[in-house]
Amino acid sequence: MKIFRNAAAASIAAIVMHTSFAAGPAQEQFIPSLVYRTGPYAPNGVPLADGFADYIKLVNSRGGVNGVKLTFEECETGYATDRGVECYERLKDKYGGASMFQPMATGITFALTEKAPGDKIPLITSGLGRSESADGGVFKWNFPLVGTYWVAADILIQHIAKKEGGLDKLKGKKIVFLYHDSPFGKEPIPVLEERARMHGFQLTLLPVPHPGVEQKSVWLQIRQSRPDYVLNWGWGVMNSTALKEAQATGYPRDRIYGVWWAGAEPDTKEVGEGAKGYNALALQHGAEPQAQVIQDILKQVYAKGGGAGPRDVVGQVLYVRGVTAAMLAVEGVRTAQERFGKGKHVTGEQVRWALENLNLTQAKLDALGFKGVMRPVSTSCFDHMGASWARIQTWDGAKWVFTSDWYQADEQLLKPMVKAAADKYAAEKKITRRSPQDCQS
Amino acid sequence: MFYRDNGELKTSYGADAQIFALAQERWAFIAFMVAAFAVVPLVADAYWLRAVLIPFLVLSLAAVGLNILVGYCGQISLGAGAFMGIGAYAAYNLHVRIPGMPLVLSLAGGGLAATLAGMVFGIPSLRVRGLYLAVATLAAQFFSDWAFLRLGWLSNDSSSGSVTVSGLEAFGVRLDTPQAIYVFCLAVVTVLGLAAKNLVRGAAGRQWMAIRDMDVAASVIGVNPVMAKLSAFAVSSFLIGSAGALWGFMHLGSWEPSAFSIDRSFQLLFMVIIGGLGSIAGGFMGAAFIVLVPLALNRLLPIAGDALGMPFSTAAASHAESMLFGALIVWFLIVEPHGLARLWSLARQRARLWPFAHGAGA
Repeated sequence: MKIFRNAAAASIAAIVMHTSFAAGPAQEQFIPSLVYRTGPYAPNGVPLADGFADYIKLVNSRGGVNGVKLTFEECETGYATDRGVECYERLKDKYGGASMFQPMATGITFALTEKAPGDKIPLITSGLGRSESADGGVFKWNFPLVGTYWVAADILIQHIAKKEGGLDKLKGKKIVFLYHDSPFGKEPIPVLEERARMHGFQLTLLPVPHPGVEQKSVWLQIRQSRPDYVLNWGWGVMNSTALKEAQATGYPRDRIYGVWWAGAEPDTKEVGEGAKGYNALALQHGAEPQAQVIQDILKQVYAKGGGAGPRDVVGQVLYVRGVTAAMLAVEGVRTAQERFGKGKHVTGEQVRWALENLNLTQAKLDALGFKGVMRPVSTSCFDHMGASWARIQTWDGAKWVFTSDWYQADEQLLKPMVKAAADKYAAEKKITRRSPQDCQS
Repeated sequence: MFYRDNGELKTSYGADAQIFALAQERWAFIAFMVAAFAVVPLVADAYWLRAVLIPFLVLSLAAVGLNILVGYCGQISLGAGAFMGIGAYAAYNLHVRIPGMPLVLSLAGGGLAATLAGMVFGIPSLRVRGLYLAVATLAAQFFSDWAFLRLGWLSNDSSSGSVTVSGLEAFGVRLDTPQAIYVFCLAVVTVLGLAAKNLVRGAAGRQWMAIRDMDVAASVIGVNPVMAKLSAFAVSSFLIGSAGALWGFMHLGSWEPSAFSIDRSFQLLFMVIIGGLGSIAGGFMGAAFIVLVPLALNRLLPIAGDALGMPFSTAAASHAESMLFGALIVWFLIVEPHGLARLWSLARQRARLWPFAHGAGA
């Protein structure tokens, strides 16, 4: 509970002071949620936020984590870095301290990567953020669980090669990389350039300025150059605009491959039949309306009138993404409790240890209701990613369906690149790599 | 009764011409500064320092800079965000590329880079005025947006285009606690703010105001319009560039080009308009309004909603915040178009006459 004293100043806005209790009700665990329900990325941010909120409600309806209820609060960032930082500062000490933060935005991730270690709060950046933060030896507090952008780029190239009949068949092909001109969009470029060097395909980089509605000129370029494939690295309104422009210029949609943030219903629903054939990565899961966990949410949360958003969004791609993000957070808390005290509040440091020692076997995932949705995740001190699986899904005009087998990122290629980038960061920030002894804490 | 100048006789020109000629004002200002330096860091918690006071200080420095250009010299500028960005990136490059570079020199270097850019983009002001100049400065904004994104060497060739600074220290003190950062920012803002105030009280300020009021008449009586306008751009851009460097280094720690987009330019312009054109104190008041009101609305709206039985979701609070904020700006400009500074000076005038309603001969 907060006590607010409101003293109105003469002409400037009322000065608000608050004091917060150091500890709230005895056993509660605070899970903050940084969301963007407004702004140009809201169409994609809303289902993410809803899925996250609903899973937390589901866990609480089952009694929380070993009896400890999860306190949940959202803070609106609008995908802006400074608002994200303000939300972080506002929430980090509330309700006994935040267990972790999930920035859900690459820009905010970069800013919080600097602040979180000082405040001893781990960051889960599942499927986004800095790819080199998979190296837990340098990035002690970052957890890009389940996938990074380098994994995504690598798997897309693998899939395209498979379509062509082999990695050697890529020689001479033209691949356009259409990306959101921001740290999010620029992340995979090193891997794509490395692969282009290795296999001899021609990579063209076409940036699209924020927020992504100005794509007429890049699609004219694409029409002129007639590439074999277009990789779409967009988010929010950029994706639907790209598909509309592709339709307008007549570029075959089945040759466009999007990242896992560019393959969801808000991107294709508007375009409908015009986006038919568009492919995107699935960060392990796709649209899973039949999954056990979704059914549980509908029964336990929506049937009782407590859903965060409209019912028809439940089970869609980004909704499930939000659910899996919340699941990883809750399992982090549960694993922390198993070591540091079942049924007790755990601190950010303890959650960090747990995220580093996460061992979600298929049996555990199935029991949670994620059968067929997620593959096992197993992190370690030096590997903060835990899994690098993905699939390709395709829009059939009305829904997303899986159209490929499971792919795994090429560790031979990525591991040295991750280590080199992490070493560069460590040298810049004057951080020493963690020793094996440090992993025990 | 308490605010009169009875008995305060000045014996030197210096005493007569000082910023706070009245002893009461001088003492109040000194007390305020002592409180700001000594009391606030001890009393305020980390959230207040990090999320409210530090952004307020940095943005008020930028607002003072923009006020010099727009309020004192009358040259409308929509490129303030660009100059903040140029200051930030220049300071970053100096900090990162020159080993052992003192922080204050990096920040000053950022300011100087912004000064040069400001003078270059201020050249159109010698030929065009008003709305056309606004468009020319908008070009500065878009050019900078492009440059920060496309010129890799500005971000030290980072693959993601995002830059970070850490491990800052000034005068041997590590700037890693909110209190240290706050005191550093306060010191910088105090020094530069006093410098700006003295500039506008002197010959330079009078020339700027002459250009603002009637530039043709000013040039007739001997004010060199080229010198006046370019010097306004130069001084203004130095302050804005230093503020940009502080914003990136002290507040954000890690930023990408979108932190200095056109939204930032508009935000600064709103601060200057709300605070009061042609007033140094107005820059501070406008910054306080723009920083505090959205935060206060963001915190209070859900509480008010709960009290009235209408729960506010975060999205609804965010939308309501934008609407209320816009409505407040419009209402404000209707009630007091000269801004908060005018309200403040009206209040001071009434206080000086209190308990009387009007003075002799008024």
